[in-house]
Amino acid sequence: MKKSALGYGVAIFGAALVAGVLAAPVGAFAMEDKLVVVTSYPKDLTGPFKKAFEAKHPGTMVEVLQKKTSAGVKYIQETASGNTSDLMWASAPDAFEVLKNDGLLAKYTPKATGIPKNIGSYPVNDPAGYYVGFAGSGYGIMWNERYVKAKKLPVPAEWSDLAKPVYHDHVGMSAPSRSGTTHLTVETVLQGEGWEKGWATWKNIAGNFKMVTERSFGVPEGVNSGDFGLGIVIDFFGFSSKATGFPVDFVYPTVTTLVPANIAIVKSAPHPGAAAAFIEFLLSVEGQELLLDPAIRRLPVNPATYAKAPAGFPNPFKDKSIGAAVKFDVAKSGARYNLVNSLFDVMITYRREDLAAAAKAIQEAETALSGKSNAEAAGLVKEARALIAAMPITEAEAVDAKYPGVFTSDVFKKRKKASVKVPKRQAEVEEKWDSFCLKNYKDAQAKAEKALALLK
Amino acid sequence: MISEIRKHPGQMAVMVLITLFLLAFLVVPVVQVVFVAFMDATTGGFTLLNFKDFFSTALFRESFWNSIYVGGMSVLLASAFAMPLAYFTSRFEFRGGVIIQGLGIIPLIMPPFVGAVAMMMIFGRNGSINLLLEEFLGINIPFMEGLNGVILVESVHYFPFILINLSAALQNIDRAMEESAQNLGCSGMRLYRRIVLPLAMPGYVAGASLVFLKVFDDLGTPLLLNVNNMLAPQAYLRIASIGINDPMGYVISVILVVIAMASMWLAFLALKGKDYATVQKGGGGLAKRRMRPIEMFFAWIIVLIIMTLVLAPHIGLSMLSLGTIWSYSVLPDAFTLDHFRAIFSETPEYMTNTVLYSALAGGIDVILGTAIAYIVLRTKLVGRQWLDYIAMSAVAIPGLVIGIGYLRTFFDVEVPGMDGQSFATWWVAIVIALAIRRLPYALRACSAALTQVSVSLEESAENLGANKLKTVYRIVIPLMAGGILAGFVTSFATAAVELGMTLMLVSKNADGPLAYGIYVYMQSAAGRGPGAALGIFAVLVVGLCTFISHVYVDRRQRALGMKRDD
Repeated sequence: MKKSALGYGVAIFGAALVAGVLAAPVGAFAMEDKLVVVTSYPKDLTGPFKKAFEAKHPGTMVEVLQKKTSAGVKYIQETASGNTSDLMWASAPDAFEVLKNDGLLAKYTPKATGIPKNIGSYPVNDPAGYYVGFAGSGYGIMWNERYVKAKKLPVPAEWSDLAKPVYHDHVGMSAPSRSGTTHLTVETVLQGEGWEKGWATWKNIAGNFKMVTERSFGVPEGVNSGDFGLGIVIDFFGFSSKATGFPVDFVYPTVTTLVPANIAIVKSAPHPGAAAAFIEFLLSVEGQELLLDPAIRRLPVNPATYAKAPAGFPNPFKDKSIGAAVKFDVAKSGARYNLVNSLFDVMITYRREDLAAAAKAIQEAETALSGKSNAEAAGLVKEARALIAAMPITEAEAVDAKYPGVFTSDVFKKRKKASVKVPKRQAEVEEKWDSFCLKNYKDAQAKAEKALALLK
Repeated sequence: MISEIRKHPGQMAVMVLITLFLLAFLVVPVVQVVFVAFMDATTGGFTLLNFKDFFSTALFRESFWNSIYVGGMSVLLASAFAMPLAYFTSRFEFRGGVIIQGLGIIPLIMPPFVGAVAMMMIFGRNGSINLLLEEFLGINIPFMEGLNGVILVESVHYFPFILINLSAALQNIDRAMEESAQNLGCSGMRLYRRIVLPLAMPGYVAGASLVFLKVFDDLGTPLLLNVNNMLAPQAYLRIASIGINDPMGYVISVILVVIAMASMWLAFLALKGKDYATVQKGGGGLAKRRMRPIEMFFAWIIVLIIMTLVLAPHIGLSMLSLGTIWSYSVLPDAFTLDHFRAIFSETPEYMTNTVLYSALAGGIDVILGTAIAYIVLRTKLVGRQWLDYIAMSAVAIPGLVIGIGYLRTFFDVEVPGMDGQSFATWWVAIVIALAIRRLPYALRACSAALTQVSVSLEESAENLGANKLKTVYRIVIPLMAGGILAGFVTSFATAAVELGMTLMLVSKNADGPLAYGIYVYMQSAAGRGPGAALGIFAVLVVGLCTFISHVYVDRRQRALGMKRDD
């Protein structure tokens, strides 16, 4: 008896072994039993994908590591010497650019078909082949319906609407230095309207800011709670908040950019087969349809998926007005990336209160001025507006190798050669910008107050 | 030096061990990160230019003063919360004693993210209170705007430091002192001012300086309230930016450490030259008297007001966890148990990890804290004060810096016998990092406790033939028990909700503590309810553990005859 039981055991084991070998597709990567994904996405997004992927590939366990994008990048950088992560899965393309430039990503060309080259006017995949777009997202305006009703605010449609006096102290946004997608929104307006005019638009909107949040999720959180009424957010924050039941809504302004959310294989990943399978699963019909889940709500990159979308779901491949108004210049954006972030922080994030005070004074003076003719007051208000709009550096300087050089100087890598010169220190440059802007904001406020006094 | 080693080999060995521990797990990792502050970007050589930049930048100067202002105001407000509570429990037979002891710990267990959301829902510009005020009185009070919000949240969060330390000190005051004063004709406020307060001073100063330090260095609160013009958020914003490696973040970190040291030193100076130790222990604290009914009434009113205020985050959190949608309204639209159901399927590891990590960290902290306090206050070893400074400096190091430092220092260190397991991504690294981060709390509590133990008690024990070790074990530690417990509880409870560093070091979901789980939830609109529910769980679990340890120590003290049954 004993012997035969053992015999059965061996036979079953052998059969299982054969079956296992046969089950492995010929020519594909061998599937490992584990996959480690570093991601900035919430559980609502990763959960369904993990479940569906594990159901499709039994025997492969997906280990999801949630970290903020910046912590995720630092984690992969610091652990590179003995990498244990397979995939980096996040929205901001710039995070992937940083990893790519550090040589921490592996090239991968997806096999999935039916995915167009561009979404909006932005390429879906990294042209160099290091990261792959799996969904599109665009920036827009989200608002709390109870809030706008209580405060009797009109519903905005365009970025410039947010600069209107009626929205003073009602708007929130996250800083571009904190969130890669916010950065793209800032850059989109700068490219769409030009350097000087674009920054003026941002500063006029910022004059109405109640808050510049540290995390990108801080904006939908504030709008959902009703702490402030309107927020500049990425679409899925608006859609998923609405789907959760919050009394909020979302609109795409004409000038917006659709950018892909990405995934990439980390260099010398311990489980490359499973990593490739996960990317293919994301791009498969099944994976793309998961993006339509009410709690996820991202725009699939496969146009065919939209047939299954609920009514009213935006389709950027059909509705060409979404994300098509601006031809996004990736090279230009890249050249001044850190400079734009720092400029925004210096002029807006850290000086929000001074800017808001000046904006309030100007708005009051303009309201008092409407319907009256007072050349002196009008002149003062115009001067005040010009002072707010004034930029400490020109567009040419912004892409000049000398200026951005200040921000890309990597102080962690020791420069052995003294001949490699760092032009100026970042703190030095920022202090100059800061004193320039602060003085202008104060002067603008004084001029607007003087104009208001003249009109009384 | 050599003669010292000969004289006290045991003490010396302990000091060397602790120093090595602090060097390996605090100094080296931090130096790995902050050396950038002193580095010339062009030559890679040493420079102080970055510090010149700091002081010539208007924004940094403004942030500096804002941080000092917020720290000072928070100490004032926290004292206003803590003093009446400590006074009632120590001076009177007050039935609310248990509640007040609970108040001494619950505010500290405020999980990140959810706590700030909860405070906004209640005190925010369009929170419950302001919506009510607007409807009935037409006014809006900016509780949470800018620096006000930081001060309010910080004092609510950290006032227990003062309460715990002050209560412990008051309970340790020998009743004989008070009685002698009364016999000499001193009473009422004068008695309180001249006898009680001075004797309680070490406890108060320990608590107040901790509050100042914590507030000065706290990153989470200003960040969550989106206040940028303070030092800690400025450091963080500059360190955590993707792609920018600006040395200013590290310069600010160094400045934070220096200020932390300076305020500890000031606290030390304030207490210097005074002897706070009393010979007799277990006098049961001050004489307690019954309150007159009218006094009782007012006392309860005050306690209730303070209680509502400091429990507001928890009240808000409960409503978030039980509410469906809560948006621009006084209360949530409806109530449900769905969020708790949602987290039941959650990995139970979050709970066990939290309790395990925090208990280990708290344990390490009180052992180190007691040892360091003893070395500093009771030995003459050279450099002992530095041990205190180094251990305390951890209070000023942003969690993020420790996290990055650990990865940088220990990632290539393999754990022996664990097959290529890197030390930095091993869960023990999280425990040690937590212990290092919370050591200052335990150390201050232990130091305060030891300050109040008269050295003559040890001398008597030694005269009676006990050796040093036995004296410490049989006399000093039991007498310090209250302070050690206070230290353990603060370390334990606050370690349970630490996030910044944990986020950096967690390398497996299964290793994650509760704070990590809450963070994961709170990044999406649908996760707010379940995140809050998990937060409530964290509060309950940590609260329960605290209660159990309290009961245990209390029993032991009674058994040893150190506490009378009142």
